[in-house]
Amino acid sequence: MATTLLPISSSDGKRVSVTRFPKDGPPPIIVRNLTMAYGTFVLMKDINFTVNHGDIFIIMGGSGSGKSTLLRHMLGLIEPAKGEVWYGNFNFTRAEPLQREEMLRHFGVLYQGGALWSSMTLAENVGLPLGEFTDLSLAEIREVAALKLALVGLKGFENYYPSQISGGMQKRAGLARAIALDPEILFFDEPSAGLDPISSRLLDDLILELRDNLGATIVVVTHELASIFAIGNNSIFLDAESRTVIAQGDPKDLLAHCTDHRVQTFLTRGGQDAQPSARNHG
Amino acid sequence: MQALKQSQPSGELSFARSDASTLVLRLAGDWHLRHGLPEPELVLKQLDTAPKPARLTFDAAGLGDWDSGLLTFLMGINEISHKRNLPVDWSPLPEGVRRLIQLAEAVPEKTGARHEASQVSFIEELGHATLLYAQGVGEFLRFLGEVTIAFARLAVGKARFRRIDLMIVIQDCSANAFGIVTLVTFLVGVILAFEGAVQLQQFGASIFVADLVGIAMMRDMGAMMAAIIMAGRTGAAFAAQLGSMKVTQEIDALTTMGISPLEFLVLPRVLALFLMIPLLCVYADCLGVAGGAFVSATMLHISLRTYLTETQHAVTLTMIFGGIFKAAVYGIIIAVAGCLRGFQCGNSSSAVGDAATAAVVTGIVYVIVACGIFAFIFNVLGI
Repeated sequence: MATTLLPISSSDGKRVSVTRFPKDGPPPIIVRNLTMAYGTFVLMKDINFTVNHGDIFIIMGGSGSGKSTLLRHMLGLIEPAKGEVWYGNFNFTRAEPLQREEMLRHFGVLYQGGALWSSMTLAENVGLPLGEFTDLSLAEIREVAALKLALVGLKGFENYYPSQISGGMQKRAGLARAIALDPEILFFDEPSAGLDPISSRLLDDLILELRDNLGATIVVVTHELASIFAIGNNSIFLDAESRTVIAQGDPKDLLAHCTDHRVQTFLTRGGQDAQPSARNHG
Repeated sequence: MQALKQSQPSGELSFARSDASTLVLRLAGDWHLRHGLPEPELVLKQLDTAPKPARLTFDAAGLGDWDSGLLTFLMGINEISHKRNLPVDWSPLPEGVRRLIQLAEAVPEKTGARHEASQVSFIEELGHATLLYAQGVGEFLRFLGEVTIAFARLAVGKARFRRIDLMIVIQDCSANAFGIVTLVTFLVGVILAFEGAVQLQQFGASIFVADLVGIAMMRDMGAMMAAIIMAGRTGAAFAAQLGSMKVTQEIDALTTMGISPLEFLVLPRVLALFLMIPLLCVYADCLGVAGGAFVSATMLHISLRTYLTETQHAVTLTMIFGGIFKAAVYGIIIAVAGCLRGFQCGNSSSAVGDAATAAVVTGIVYVIVACGIFAFIFNVLGI
């Protein structure tokens, strides 16, 4: 059930509706005819896909295929050369900057390196969006921040600075910050990158918990096959050669039925793996 | 069989013909990278010798130890064979060598991936640099406009930033800068007074050293020296801080949280320098006068009371406030230049260094330009 626990304030101080993406409404994410380009160089074209409520949607593809760039387009960090990104009924690409900022408050983003603000403690990192966009008191913010950090296994680390903790812990703290406002849509950019297999597995479990318990819709950019099969229920495959999406669907279905050799080569590590990972969470 | 033995810096390379159309490359001895590689021209020369060979092969019977030096040489041969459409028989080579060559060849070169260095004429380079400069000025003005809008939002209480950040930047660009400002501006006062004294002494007008130092410091030098110090110290720090934040995606994290980086990061920095540089300017003015008084007392034997009385007569309030106004403008220029360069930083650690350098250069250049414009305006207004 998609619920937002914390009422979010708009830039003029008024509270905005707590649920932007009701389940009986349109899909939370629709990407239409998106073209990504740097100047005249077209990186990807004709990208079309829909992410449904409660999906864990995987954006996969080889290195340099434009997965992270697509994520940056979806977040408005790069303007598309063509096409649009819709969040429910909201045309994000054509929106005014202030409207975009308000929409972004319904999202949580976990960046590859955590992207924690280095001058702030972990509690301050998690507490910043709470302080900016809710009416909570300082004591309440501290409590919520401690809870979010505890959820990612960082209880007791509230007053640590990012430089004082390991890379894996930074990533988890980044996740705590991303879920600070109980966002309805979560974006993960290479969540497993740089993590040991156990930490990677724990992060996958956490992503599933967030989907199941907070009702969040989740978009994950990754090329980690174990994660793809463990958490993904929908996906697209970006191909650098043809510069477009060459496959869509549940990764397990793609492995079983997709006849495209590029997809099969990718999903089987060049033909080495015949079966998806044994740790299949469904 | 014809054999042309070549002396090589590493292993031994010699040539033979198994038949008229097949060139055999004989590899012998140890082929190590650290001993150098044979020139590909040796092979090209053989390929151009009549009768021209139609295929290549190897004789590796005498080959000893080898490392990537041998592979580099063989990849060169491979490229030559591709260009000349010559079939190569790799089978006589050791299996390890063949497998590594296969690995290097496994992924074909991506079309358009290679960056070819091109010769650019001076005129083209000059034109390109001019366009870049014009674009840079445009970007600076656009950023200044965005900062102005952010200030307008601050004025109506809508701008979002942490007050603690503002306090930290204020401390950094005021109290923490006292030492360097003290040293530099005192010495500037000393230098001005010394240079003036040498000339004025010849006319028996030593007392006017106080006028020279007082007017120079109040009108321009106080504000200018404070600005240059802050451009080198704080402007560069702003660029490095924001550049690092860009590299680590901290700025992206703010943006995707719906927090304007311009308000959150730039506003406190611009505000801090705008508020603090005028104070540093007043402090610099005083230190400059103190430097002048020191030289006058030790070299010209002018008492402190006389020196200060003369300074009081020479300096007007308009000069002092003019200097303070200029300093405030310089503060905005330096902060905007530092933050802009930080935001424009690339995604590598070296780009952070470049951003810091560019912030100092941009800050100082625009401060000097502004100083020139002020000189003209103040002259027209008779200030």
